[in-house]
Amino acid sequence: MFRNQYDTDVTTWSPAGRLFQVEYAMEAVKQGSAAIGLRSKTHVVLASVNKASSELSSHQKKIFKVDDHIGVAIAGLTADGRVLSRYLRNECINYSYTYESLLPVGRLVVQLADKAQVCTQRSWKRPYGVGLLVGGLDESGAHLFYNCPSGNYFEYQAFAIGSRSQAAKTYLERKFEGFMDSSRETLIKDALFALRETLQGEKLTSSICTIAVVGVGEAFHILDQETVQALINEFEIVGEEPPADEAAAPDQSTGAEPGPADQGTPADQGVTPMDI
Amino acid sequence: MTKQQANWSPYDNNGGTCVAIAGADYCVIAADTRMSTGYNILTRDYSKIIQLADKSVMASSGFQADVRALQKVLAARHLIYQHQHNKQMSCPAMAQLLSNTLYYKRFFPYYAFNVLGGLDSEGKGCVFTYDAVGSYERVGYSSQGSGSTLITPFLDNQLKSPSPLLLPAKDAVTPLSESEAIDLVKTCFASATERDIYTGDKLEIVILNASGLRREYMELRKD
Repeated sequence: MFRNQYDTDVTTWSPAGRLFQVEYAMEAVKQGSAAIGLRSKTHVVLASVNKASSELSSHQKKIFKVDDHIGVAIAGLTADGRVLSRYLRNECINYSYTYESLLPVGRLVVQLADKAQVCTQRSWKRPYGVGLLVGGLDESGAHLFYNCPSGNYFEYQAFAIGSRSQAAKTYLERKFEGFMDSSRETLIKDALFALRETLQGEKLTSSICTIAVVGVGEAFHILDQETVQALINEFEIVGEEPPADEAAAPDQSTGAEPGPADQGTPADQGVTPMDI
Repeated sequence: MTKQQANWSPYDNNGGTCVAIAGADYCVIAADTRMSTGYNILTRDYSKIIQLADKSVMASSGFQADVRALQKVLAARHLIYQHQHNKQMSCPAMAQLLSNTLYYKRFFPYYAFNVLGGLDSEGKGCVFTYDAVGSYERVGYSSQGSGSTLITPFLDNQLKSPSPLLLPAKDAVTPLSESEAIDLVKTCFASATERDIYTGDKLEIVILNASGLRREYMELRKD
C-alpha cells in the first residue's frame, strides 16, 4: 500500500471505493504480536504471544477478562485495546444490572462493531488500531468472534491475528474440523501448537505466552505460568515421539519449520496419542 | 389555607432486624427473614444478607426495594474495582464505598439501615454501622432495624468494652469465641422476636472467618 491523495482522512473515499485510513488501521493489527482463538462446543481458548520490548520491561497485557463468561485477546495498538476492554466490561456490567443475566456474546460484539464503525465516519476521529478476538459462552453455546477496526465482525471456529498469524492459521485450517468436539485439554494444546507456529524458531515457554480459557462451568480466567509451562512440557515430551496425528516437531528446541510437513509420519506408536 | 400533604410516599418499611458482631478472627452477621408491610407479612423467607466481596457481608433492613437497588449498585462497583485492581475489595474499602454510595443520594436517600461485617486486612473481625445517608463508624458490634432498640441495650450489657479512656486501650472486638458469639446472636433474636412484631420467622446467620463463609439458620416464633 503506498501513500496516495485519498488517504489523508478517514472520511475520504478513494475512486476505487476504499477508505484507506480504515485499511491502514487494519495494518496496525497485522503488526501487533499474535493472538489466537479456538472454540469447541463447550469451551473457548484464547492465546497470545507476549513480547516484552526489552529485557528490562514487563510484558504487555493482551488478554482481558470482560466478564465471567467473556474474554478478549487483542492485537495491534494495545492502548486502544485496553480502552475497548473497559467499554466491553462496562457494557456487561450494565446489562447484568438491568437484566440480571449474562450479556450474550453476539450482542456485545455488535455493540463493539457499531462503536468501531462510528470512528470510520467522523472526520475528527480515527479508527481503533486494534483487532479483538472475543471469546465467550452464552445460552446458545460457545462463540469466538473477530472484531476489525473497520467495524466488521465475523464468527469463527478458530482464528489468528497479528504478526505471523498466517502460520497459525495454516495449522488451524488443518485441525479445525475436529475442534467442535474437542476436550478442553486438547483445545488448549492446539492453541499452544498454533501459537508455536507464530514463533518461528523461538522456544515456546510460558514466559512469552498467555493462555486463557472459558467454558461450561468454568469462568473466564488466565492460566497461571506454572500450569502453562506444565502443559508445554507435556506436549513437548510427546513431541519427541510424535503420535500419529500430531504435528509435533521432534526437535522442538530448534527452528524446525512449522509442522505441516511432519503430519502423517508417525515415528513410533508406542505413546498415548493425543486424542482429538 | 393549610399546606398540601403528600398523598403518596415513595418509601415503605419492610421491617426486620440485623445484627453483626466482630471477633478476634471471625465476624458474625445475622438478620431475620421476615418481610412485612404495615401489619401484614409479605413473606417469611426473604434474605436481607448479601456477600459483597470475599470478606465483606452486608445486612440491611428498611425498604427492601431500596436495599436491593443498593446491593446491585455495590456489586457492580465491586466488579469494576476487580477489573481495575485485579483483586477483591477489602472490608474497610467496601465500608467507604457504601458510605459514599449512600451519601450520593443524600437528597433522595436509600431507605436502608445497614450493617457491614467482615474481616479486615489483618484477618480480624470488623463491623461497620450506618445510617440511611452514609454516616458510618467501625464498631465491635451493632444492630439495625425494627428490633435494634431491643437488641442494642442487651449487646451493650454483654459486649461493651470499658470506657475508651482507660489505658491500655482495649480492642473493640469481642474476646468471645465464635460459637459463643453465635449463641449470643441467637439469644438476641429470640428475645427481640418476643416483643417486636416485625421480627421473627427465621434467623439467618452468616459467619465469616479465615476458612471462608458459612451459613446457619434458626427457627424463630412465627407470630
